[in-house]
Amino acid sequence: MGIILFELALTGYFLAAAISVIDLIRGRTESAKLAIWLMAAGFALHVAAIAFRYFTGGHLPITSMHEAASFFACLISLIFFILIFRYRIGGFVSFIGPIVFLIMLFAAFMPRSAAAPGPEMPGPWPWIHALSAFTGIAAFAVAAGAGAMYLAQHYALKTKRFVGLSRSLPSLQVIDDINHRLTTLGFALFTIAIIAGALWAENVWEGLWRKDPKVLSALFTWLIYGICFMLRRFSGWKQRRAAILSIIGFAAILFTFLGVNLLLNTFHTFK
Amino acid sequence: MNIIAIGLNHKTAPLDIRERLAFGQEKLKEALKSLGQLPSVNEVALLSTCNRVEIYASVKDGHEASGEITDFISSFHGIPADEFSEMLYVHRNEAAARHLLRVASSLDSMIPGEPQILGQVKDAFKTALSCNATGFILNRLMRKAISTAKRVRTETKIAESAVSISFAAVELAKKIFGELAGKSVMLLGAGEMAELAARHLMTNGVRDIKVANRTYERGLELASAFRGTAVRFEDLKKELAAADILICAANAPSYIVSKDMMTHIMKERKFRPVFMIDISAPRNIDPKANGIDNVYLYNIDDLQRVVGSNMNERKKEADKAEDIVNGEVDKFRRWFSSLESFPVVIALRQRAEEIKNDELSKFIRRFPDLDNATLSAVEHLADAITNKLTHDPSVAIKSDDENRALMVYIARKLYGLDGNDDE
Repeated sequence: MGIILFELALTGYFLAAAISVIDLIRGRTESAKLAIWLMAAGFALHVAAIAFRYFTGGHLPITSMHEAASFFACLISLIFFILIFRYRIGGFVSFIGPIVFLIMLFAAFMPRSAAAPGPEMPGPWPWIHALSAFTGIAAFAVAAGAGAMYLAQHYALKTKRFVGLSRSLPSLQVIDDINHRLTTLGFALFTIAIIAGALWAENVWEGLWRKDPKVLSALFTWLIYGICFMLRRFSGWKQRRAAILSIIGFAAILFTFLGVNLLLNTFHTFK
Repeated sequence: MNIIAIGLNHKTAPLDIRERLAFGQEKLKEALKSLGQLPSVNEVALLSTCNRVEIYASVKDGHEASGEITDFISSFHGIPADEFSEMLYVHRNEAAARHLLRVASSLDSMIPGEPQILGQVKDAFKTALSCNATGFILNRLMRKAISTAKRVRTETKIAESAVSISFAAVELAKKIFGELAGKSVMLLGAGEMAELAARHLMTNGVRDIKVANRTYERGLELASAFRGTAVRFEDLKKELAAADILICAANAPSYIVSKDMMTHIMKERKFRPVFMIDISAPRNIDPKANGIDNVYLYNIDDLQRVVGSNMNERKKEADKAEDIVNGEVDKFRRWFSSLESFPVVIALRQRAEEIKNDELSKFIRRFPDLDNATLSAVEHLADAITNKLTHDPSVAIKSDDENRALMVYIARKLYGLDGNDDE
């Protein structure tokens, strides 16, 4: 049941991503509405799939790599739909749809067996850490999508190729606002995640965790976003530069989330 | 019963003919009155704009009417008919209805999607109404045209993108800044296009306008027209940093704003975006300034290109609009042709009623001793038979069948209705 729901959600996301990317390549946004509906269908099934795992497993399904990636994609969709309702920006689907689909595809290739939380996850701290980290980086992911959309619109305006696509994308100012809000939200949640994580790890692993590559990588990412935040505030790194930084920041996130787990030896794994 | 549309427009007639044949506001009512008195005209409406002169009429006979109307135009303006008769088009019935619907929806305009024509059609209708020139049929057609035009505007994007240079500038500004309220504009030099763009920006919420002109006095003059402030040309560099939108029409012999100057200004602005429009010839802003981060520099050719691509977009939307028009013409055609069958249905029923009454009175004369109960039963029987017999032919004649005209003809012959046929 859970697997069927997941596969159906993946299909919905795939169709949405395919249609919206074709739109993007053709420089139009005619099918944006259809893509959004497909993605909404995928999202509804996805929420059902996660709820199913929650009730059968008895805990938030984020303990295996498959579950973590799926949960992460679901949060990105959620933020995306909030933005769509708030700003009425249909063309955004071309930038978020593919991100959600690729993360889901990754999840699909991971072993799907459920993993019970071990003795190293006592009390509420691990869950606070995980939830705020997931939501925070989902916000960063959507900010990166907005950054890409900014660059597309910026490119169209700079090169004076004012075609169908840029006609239906929002104004630079609106995209910049979205980017700024998401980055701020993401940064706040990421900070909470780091503090909660440190409190929990100090109890369980004592000093050992501090040199873990994933922890170092996360701190490095936190630093990147911290610098972004400062630059924006004090040296006018707004608009285009902020858009580029949000994409670089997300690349660092991906490295922390996936690269370190897959390539390096770390304590901080999913099962 | 017929509808005709007769007239000429920017595609068929040159401006000087259109000017001479135009009906000015003050002559409209007089013209409508004379047109209404033409022997074959029942109802009439007159649409006269700088791009078209068109007369719509509901007439007794289409061919006679077109001749009478042409003669009327000729005598009203004192221009021999052969000077313009080649340029006239005449549309009849369905084609006439389609023409008016297309005109009102701006599909027959030079720029599809332009907003003026709908207002002009509304005015023409109002004037005709005030003279009692239109009636049952043209009122319906005019209202249909206006509602169709509104549908086209709301259901297609035909009027969405800018098709003039100055509107294109506003459209681009919105793509950069989103909301324009609270943005400040600097006008460098002056000219028709620059002033027009500034006015459009003001209607979109811009309040802060500064004017810099070589001659300060002229600058003051312009500034007061925009309720803005004049700036001395020497202070330009200082003032530029505060402007979000710069419209340059200074027509100076060389660059007024260099790339270095702009780099400096952007630092001062903390890289907040700036939209620069250079409509001077030769250009007064170094094109290289477009390479600076968050500077968007457009010259007249760039704006022209935006207008061109918008125009193509409108033409695509016009195809969707044609579908809407076709649907509405179809509805009107159905309504219009149902009118034709009305008199026949009425005549048919009258004929049946006559026959029934005749036969009933004969019957009563032959059997004078019948009691009331039997008599009323016989009357019931006669009613039932006539109603049943006329019901099916009536429905068939009123139906929306392509052979209706034939059925109407046959009904007239079969039931001997032609004696009643003079409306």
